[in-house]
Amino acid sequence: MRPKADLEPAVDTGPTGPVATAAAPTQGRRRPRAGRRRIRRLTTRDRLVIGVLLGLPLLLTLVLVWATTLASVGLSFTNWDGIGSAKFIGVDNYKELFTNYPPFATAIWHNLLWLGFLALVATPLGLLFAVLLDRQIRFSRFYQSAIYLPVVLSLAVIGFISQLLFARDDGIVNTVLGTTGQGGHPVDWIGDPHINIWVVLVMAGWRHAGYVMVLYLAGLKGVDPSLKEAAAIDGASARQTFFRVVFPVMRPVNIIVGVITVIEALRAFDIVYAINGGTNGLELLSVLITDNIIGEASRIGFGSAIAVVLLLISVGCIIAYCMTELREEKS
Amino acid sequence: MATPGPHDHRTTPISPTRRSVLRAAAIGAGAVTLPSVLAACASGGGAGGSGGKTVTFGSNWSDPVPKKGVAKAIDDFQKSQGYTVKTNTVDHNSFQQNINRYLQGNPDDVFGWFAGYRMQYFAQKGLLSDISDIWANFTGFSDAIKAQSTGLDGKQYFVPFYYYPWAVFYRKSVFAQHGYQIPTTWDQYIALAKQMQKDGLVPISFSDKDGWPAMGTFDYINMRLNGYDFHKSLMAGHEDWTDPKVKKVFDTWRELLPYYQQGALGLTWQESAQALQQKKTGMMTLGMFLGQQFGSDVSDLDFFAYPSIDPANGQDAVEAPIDGFLLSHKAKNADASKKLLTFLATAKAENDYLSVDPTLLGVNSAVDTSGYTALQQSGAKLVGTAKSISQFMDRDSRPDFVSTVMIQALQTFLNNPNDIDGLCTSIQRQKTAIYATEG
Repeated sequence: MRPKADLEPAVDTGPTGPVATAAAPTQGRRRPRAGRRRIRRLTTRDRLVIGVLLGLPLLLTLVLVWATTLASVGLSFTNWDGIGSAKFIGVDNYKELFTNYPPFATAIWHNLLWLGFLALVATPLGLLFAVLLDRQIRFSRFYQSAIYLPVVLSLAVIGFISQLLFARDDGIVNTVLGTTGQGGHPVDWIGDPHINIWVVLVMAGWRHAGYVMVLYLAGLKGVDPSLKEAAAIDGASARQTFFRVVFPVMRPVNIIVGVITVIEALRAFDIVYAINGGTNGLELLSVLITDNIIGEASRIGFGSAIAVVLLLISVGCIIAYCMTELREEKS
Repeated sequence: MATPGPHDHRTTPISPTRRSVLRAAAIGAGAVTLPSVLAACASGGGAGGSGGKTVTFGSNWSDPVPKKGVAKAIDDFQKSQGYTVKTNTVDHNSFQQNINRYLQGNPDDVFGWFAGYRMQYFAQKGLLSDISDIWANFTGFSDAIKAQSTGLDGKQYFVPFYYYPWAVFYRKSVFAQHGYQIPTTWDQYIALAKQMQKDGLVPISFSDKDGWPAMGTFDYINMRLNGYDFHKSLMAGHEDWTDPKVKKVFDTWRELLPYYQQGALGLTWQESAQALQQKKTGMMTLGMFLGQQFGSDVSDLDFFAYPSIDPANGQDAVEAPIDGFLLSHKAKNADASKKLLTFLATAKAENDYLSVDPTLLGVNSAVDTSGYTALQQSGAKLVGTAKSISQFMDRDSRPDFVSTVMIQALQTFLNNPNDIDGLCTSIQRQKTAIYATEG
């Protein structure tokens, strides 16, 4: 700030004065252009900062998200083993995928099951926890931490925990059920392809419910208490107050929770990969993509086709969800 | 990170519209990120050797014991021949998964890999260097080993180092306690399993959660029924999977299923090896590395060759995956690399390794076996008398076929052993599609 004082006389006699006075009438005459003028007042340095701050993320998004996405779509029409050049083969990969790749249908079904389970069981459960804990019941801090705890664990760790819990011969669950030992028929929670997906869903749901609970707790804290009071004065029951007043008020949180649920369901990977590499009843689209592209297999074109299918499902779900939510908000 | 790019714009007199801000941003960002990208490339390229007396070596022996063993052999080479070897050790599984990118990028001069189709595939793609000239002077390798080191073009690419045979393992004390005899035929094998069941043992330890252990059993039944040549040809994609010969393999395998450990698809090989060690089960088909789970009980561990099914084939083939070394196509110092490979092909180098890791067998016939454990000695005898040596399903075949089709297929069979026709048809259709993409 100090040097400014020294410069003051120079500024006074400099060309700035006339320019400023010339600008003043213009500003008065054309008021609608004022907005544009404000940008012009940014210094070069500001422009530069804005440029870099906006430009960098934009460039990264373009290169890392959109360019790679388009490359995947492009590769899905080729046959490429990662060595040499890719060969264009049209929609053959997709034909293969839908007619001649047994794990694919299973994987789609599992991803949808995952979505359904999170949306219909785990998310409502998280909401229920949040509502209960919001009432300041005794030990609510303890419950809150206990339910939130799994969220800090990565799904891979949860995969390992599930193996300890659900191991056939010495797992805790079978021991508690008393099915181990002589003559017992222990349930093969992890190895039976008809059962293991449910075990995994319960474990994934355990984590998801905690996550959703925290989001809704924050949401509930943000609801104006006077709304609830008003509803009570109008004679609304607790249930009516919640479903007619509180829940709709939390719309922003609802949107976030909905999107998170969809994302969690579609990106699920680590928990099944930790358990058995995503085979034998635990197939997921993400695992098939990895198996085909990352591993030694290098069926890059084919794997990209699976990735494109996953992309379409994700984008479809997210767009549909956001559109309905935002439309409701407008009306 | 001061780059000239952004500073230039400070002097531009144009007033920024939204578009020009974006343009400036894009250029600025490019100027900021580009040098770091280039720097990253440059440092990657700098890893190569400088020629002369230096060789770079990419090692996938990342587990402590094998790592020490390989280091010992390399040390010996450096000391005796005055070369410097820069070893670059990468986690075993990551190395495998990145092999395509590794070989096309800046591979080390010499690197560790596997014999069989898995090596031939890269030779065919031109990513390996022919070492027939030095191979001609190697001594101590049988014809079966030479065949495993040879590419599809008849040239040698691979320096074999050690191998580990697959067989049926058991505890000597358990067999002695019940007076069991070693079965040599399929009927005796089944009869033994029945007897074990009567004696309150689970006859066969079996696990396939990892997806690959079941392949060993498939390979053995296939080679015993249809012979080694059929195995090779089937794995190379030349045979029809709906062939009655293949269906017969699954049919025969199904006879074993009642004697398997329950819940096999939820068990890792370590878990079922421990069941054998705890005397809960009687036998287990696996590689010699099974000994790692036995601790001090390893002296009680023994094995017998997989029983014969068709007398025409007897027990003549042994599954014994070989690990060894390759020379990359971009080797910067080919002469020194060949010196290293020549050294690694000697019995001396193998002895260096085996002195650290006694669960494997040296490939060279001149290897000093006096230090071998009883298990290693029987292993050496088994492989030494074998007419042919197979690698393993995932080494004798295309990796994409095995990892995306066969793991699933074998697990499907184990879950539902009755729909063999459907299974074989499905494998054949997928195989056709994958093998059609070749070349």
